[in-house]
Amino acid sequence: MAITRREFVKNGVAAFTVGFAAPAFISDLAVAQGQSRRNLVVLYLSGGNDALSTLIPYRDANYIARRPTQAVPAANVLQIGSDSAGNALGLHPRLTGLRTIFNAGRLAIVQRTGYPNSSRSHFQGTDIWATADPASPQGAGWLGRYLDTLPSPVDPLTAWSTVRETPRTLLARTVGVPSIPNAQQYAFASPNTPADAQFARQSATRISSHLPVDRPHLAFVNSTAQAAFATLDRVVQVAGYASTVVYPNNGLGQALRTVAGALASGVGTRVFWVQTGGFDTHAGQNTNAANGTYATLMATIDGALLAFHDDLRNQGLLNDTLVLQFSEFGRRISENGSSGTDHGAAGLMMILGGSVRGGLFGTAADLRVAPDNPTLENSGNDVRHETDFRSVYATVIDRWLGADSSAILGGNFRGGPAFL
Amino acid sequence: MARQREPELEHLLRRAGFGATEEEIDGYVRLGLLGFTSAAARLFNYQSIPDDVDSFIGMPGSVGVTARSGFFPTSIINDARQRWLFRMVHSKRPLQEKMALFWHNHFATAYQKIAGDAGPTEATRMLAAKPSEDPGGARGQIELFREYALGNFRDLLIAVAQDPAMLYWLDGRSNVRARPQENFARELMELFTMGVGTFAESDVYAGARVFTGWNLARPGAGAAQHFQFNYNAGQHDTAAKEFTFPIYAGGSKTIPARSGSAGMQDGIDLINAVAFHPLTGPRLARKLYAYFVNEVDPPDAGLIGQVSSAYYSSGGQIEPMVRRLLLSSQFRDPANYYKRYSWPVEFVVRSLKEVGWNGFSVNDALTPLVNMGQQLLEPPDVNGWELGPGWFSSGAMLARMNFAAQLATNQKFNLRDAFRGHVDSAETVVGHALDRLTPPAYSSGSYAALVDYASAGGPWTGSDTQIATKASGVVHLIVGSGDYQFV
Repeated sequence: MAITRREFVKNGVAAFTVGFAAPAFISDLAVAQGQSRRNLVVLYLSGGNDALSTLIPYRDANYIARRPTQAVPAANVLQIGSDSAGNALGLHPRLTGLRTIFNAGRLAIVQRTGYPNSSRSHFQGTDIWATADPASPQGAGWLGRYLDTLPSPVDPLTAWSTVRETPRTLLARTVGVPSIPNAQQYAFASPNTPADAQFARQSATRISSHLPVDRPHLAFVNSTAQAAFATLDRVVQVAGYASTVVYPNNGLGQALRTVAGALASGVGTRVFWVQTGGFDTHAGQNTNAANGTYATLMATIDGALLAFHDDLRNQGLLNDTLVLQFSEFGRRISENGSSGTDHGAAGLMMILGGSVRGGLFGTAADLRVAPDNPTLENSGNDVRHETDFRSVYATVIDRWLGADSSAILGGNFRGGPAFL
Repeated sequence: MARQREPELEHLLRRAGFGATEEEIDGYVRLGLLGFTSAAARLFNYQSIPDDVDSFIGMPGSVGVTARSGFFPTSIINDARQRWLFRMVHSKRPLQEKMALFWHNHFATAYQKIAGDAGPTEATRMLAAKPSEDPGGARGQIELFREYALGNFRDLLIAVAQDPAMLYWLDGRSNVRARPQENFARELMELFTMGVGTFAESDVYAGARVFTGWNLARPGAGAAQHFQFNYNAGQHDTAAKEFTFPIYAGGSKTIPARSGSAGMQDGIDLINAVAFHPLTGPRLARKLYAYFVNEVDPPDAGLIGQVSSAYYSSGGQIEPMVRRLLLSSQFRDPANYYKRYSWPVEFVVRSLKEVGWNGFSVNDALTPLVNMGQQLLEPPDVNGWELGPGWFSSGAMLARMNFAAQLATNQKFNLRDAFRGHVDSAETVVGHALDRLTPPAYSSGSYAALVDYASAGGPWTGSDTQIATKASGVVHLIVGSGDYQFV
């Protein structure tokens, strides 16, 4: 005789639940943990940004020779001076906002960042930058490991991802980072009246508190539900944010607007993730076309970052905020036959904020193909890194987050560029 | 009276398909297919079942689609998405549809980039056209996956290498002898066959040169005109290509120099080599094992080894691999039930089949699916979607809970009617919901939470209003629970 599901449940498995300490006064906890109020915004350009088209060595004859159609003419670049080796550099013509911020001393550009044996695979490269572990890029990310060092119970809104998939960088062992692309849609829906919805939410919260030790996969999914519940009411405050500037009406603009809203409303979040894609410009990069693919990519990041910078400055939040930009690799020096560039090696990182010591860090590559040229690799096809990306992370961890970079990065990567 | 449940059959249909309605289970019983082996045989033998699911679109009794001035699944991308969801709900060939979804993730090709180059109409056609209906006989990429669902993997690779959508997606169109374009060659080895770190950069350059000239043309005129594969001998790099792994049976790692006109064979030779590379079988076996058997626990190396062997010994057939998996004792072990995180589309389709769909349009699932992280025909990149725990950020989980609310709202009065006769108490309502849906067994605490919800808000009267509220509310809680996210 088949037993009914109801009978099965009633006689069912006893649950082994682990208590989840929900602090009574979340905002107090957030303040207690974040006394320094220093906020980090990670900006990931997905696809492998062509660094040589962002920061342009416009006087380098090899740059022009190896990129007959993709090299930006000297007359068009936004000149920002020379690096310590005397290489004249300029920003892509569409980066007018970043030029203003650079001239105000609040933008640091680190050339030739990467690591040995650079991966040219998107997903392996991204995992390496996320875990800061080229040898074994699995498991928790470097910022996840930072979150794991915070005293528990950790505020569930300590970190906030504005993309739908939790990025590996923020993957932690003890903290579930909420992904909240849209603060307005982040609410609990119910088929019935608000009064009945309250009962439903209470029951849903109880069901999600089941964290069985013998079924860690179920515990994990329930913990993501818990993270959602624990943060719902606080996120609602952010939905009503009135910014002091108009943000571009695209994904990145609106994501940074959400971040600014969270910062302005004092919701307590300290680490944010934003990203924008389309940088995998194998074909039709058209760096010089006024409204071409690359120009649009540059305009997107420039417009969003300028709005964010100005909005925070207007509200006195800029000194407490640091934006760290990276991409999974730079691109090949020579253009390909499709008006584009293929996967390369070293790329650039940018750091922006009110407390940043701006300027050009590192030295541009010598773009000559020659066996004695140490700045290139892969038979002169790619730019070799000069600054290990982990040293940039170390500076952020030690000097901005106030944590121990050796422990988090699994090694001593101090001594990197002094942008803080 | 409580419903007769068939846990093993339900498990088979959740894994090899998208779940089952009570009527579908009853159908298996009527056909005398209650035994696992005979049910599985029917699933594999789908060629003998008419492929007529599309003809039910718009018919009463099936899930709705939303059409504006007409329904155009081969020229409007959201109509293509609706049609695929409709197929998943109603197909009598669920294993074929399930494999098509597997291949869609494996060869992850996304619409936006293609539409940017070829326009939205042709891009949709390249993904969704049906040869029997298209004026030029065009075959969209989804139809290619349905055709090769359980077929020969090497042949599937060749078909994919010549697929117009893929040629747009991985820039094959600009791969010419003067400037070889690496994108396809890299992903062929890294993502479609052997895997990351199993080849050298020089293999990518050589592979790029192999596929020079693999391009598209648009012959014909009028409505029949469509993008199709065209090998351009004049653009093919005719020099020899050297690899770091064997290409030919004798162990040679060099594809010989060939004339332009004979050079298409280079691509066939390379595809043959990577299809049967010793790392390809195990990689496919691992992916299929995770898809069909268990993605939560450490994989069963022995079973995966057998599945990989079945691949090579059959000359690259996928069907023997899936048979080995679905008919294994591991698959049938109840300890492996609910050991896979449901993909958003699987979650949505299973909910529709278990909760009900009369009055619901699949169009209304499209935006929730985006919020859950899976828009069909738009994977985030060629690596496909991040499976397993990768589906479950808090925002994505909230999106699943809110879809459960949306569906329960939509089905409120159907549920009220279906629950009549099971309304003696709050507990009876919960019991009936658990008879209708198929979560794994709840803990006593979770069960109590369900009963407490059903009891909350006033004394139990069993009135129509109360049933409508509580039946939909309990369904919302169950479908939105963490437990229900596993298949």
